Amino acid sequence: MIKFNQVNKRYPGGYQALKNLSFSIAEGEMVFLTGHSGAGKSTLLKLIAAIERPNSGSVLVNSQNVGVLKERALPYLRRNLGIIFQDHKLLFDRNVFDNVLLPLQICGFDHRESAKRVRAALDKVGLLKREKSHPIALSGGEQQRLCIARAIVNRPSILLADEPTGNLDAAYAQEIMAIFESFHQVGATLLISTHDTSVLQDTRVRTLNLKNGELQSAPTGSVPV
Amino acid sequence: MKHALTQHLLVLRTALRRIFSSRLGGFFNILVIGIALSLPAGMYLLLQNAQGLVAQLSGTPQISLFLSLDAKPDDVDKLRRQLFQHPAIARIEFVARADALAQLKQSTGLADVIGGLQQNPLPDAFVIDPKPGEAQALEALRNELAKLPKVEQAQLDSAWAYKLEAMLKFARIVVLILAGLLSIALVAITFNTIRLQILTQSSEIEVSKLIGATNGFIRRPFLYFGAMQGLLGGIMAWFIITFSLLLLNYQLKALAQLYASQFVLNPLSWGDSLSLLLFSMYLGWLGAWLSVARHLSQIEPR
Repeated sequence: MIKFNQVNKRYPGGYQALKNLSFSIAEGEMVFLTGHSGAGKSTLLKLIAAIERPNSGSVLVNSQNVGVLKERALPYLRRNLGIIFQDHKLLFDRNVFDNVLLPLQICGFDHRESAKRVRAALDKVGLLKREKSHPIALSGGEQQRLCIARAIVNRPSILLADEPTGNLDAAYAQEIMAIFESFHQVGATLLISTHDTSVLQDTRVRTLNLKNGELQSAPTGSVPV
Repeated sequence: MKHALTQHLLVLRTALRRIFSSRLGGFFNILVIGIALSLPAGMYLLLQNAQGLVAQLSGTPQISLFLSLDAKPDDVDKLRRQLFQHPAIARIEFVARADALAQLKQSTGLADVIGGLQQNPLPDAFVIDPKPGEAQALEALRNELAKLPKVEQAQLDSAWAYKLEAMLKFARIVVLILAGLLSIALVAITFNTIRLQILTQSSEIEVSKLIGATNGFIRRPFLYFGAMQGLLGGIMAWFIITFSLLLLNYQLKALAQLYASQFVLNPLSWGDSLSLLLFSMYLGWLGAWLSVARHLSQIEPR
């Protein structure tokens, strides 16, 4: 589903974010991406969504090399991904419902079908009662859940989450992780980055550990904790 | 197909809502566009009317030949024969001095004044229709006829109309230049409005790009906004022109009555009105397109 092959990413100015990175993630797998801040977790996720391009090597998503994808083809790649951003990227000029509606509008869903899907997504993250609220009125945890609802409303086959539990206390973080676990159960492929290893303690999932842009653990083994 | 149409209608609604939600700002933009358009379009309309008037008056240029007051009927007969044989003259009409006075009494309402006159001040006259020719040839004919015996004065009736027409041609170029400049201004206004909109909506644009919006999808509301703003500006210009014309015609009616004339300014024709609206809509769209092409690529997700 996702395959990195000797990927190097250097930012303008010479900073080497990723060094010779190779790994693959199978369909339906849930993988954690750990590492200190600045280890290259966000860069790795951005390469998958073609927000950044690799300097060398190939990034395959659904056997498509997204590193060399034409500008015109990018939207169709991204519609297949659900991305949960570190800084949420919610729109504060519209309510919760309309925030989740946006991906469906972009794909051109008709109105009735859209409304149904938006409510289903909000229900899944427990925000159904807040659909008329504005994001500014939501707590940090609720904003995070809203961001998840927007990522899944399109029913993408791959979910990418960048520090989804970053600023949340343990109880909220557990809630969010439970939501991800439920997506995993219905067959979605998930890649979740986190610097907070405490959330991993009661999960038995594969972990990719990045350190200064290099992979630390064995790329294929499961890590029982 | 129905699907795509609904999408477009939705975008159109968003664009209109954006125009009207910024109440005063949006209104002032439309007002500025309306004024900028109404200037050249209004001048064009005045020119159009003046041209109609000139065509009406100068349709057939005529030469009036006024005889001296002491001309006898014999002299008149001799002159008539001479004029008949002239190769450059198509038709002549004799107006006896008594008839001319009667006509004057009837048509101007100056009967009282004329009735008080001791004697008829009007001379006998020939009205001559020359064969069609250049303005210069007509002028030469006039000079020739002026030298005939017992002819006091020869007057080329439509000479002023020729001059007016030349002036109108000049004025038309002025209008064209004005229209060109103000069209550019209109494009610039829209360009700037859209630039500000793109800046204020940069987060929406960025998020949309991140979750799979095509460039067309992002561009569309801005293009619709530009076109709609242009169209509303055009409608504003139409109302400015029509209202101004009503005011002008109201005054003109009083003036025309003094001259015993029925002259009124004609309003914009349906075709011209439609052209005005389509043109302003196109200019708005163009300004938006230029702005979007220039600024949208600067917003890339990071």
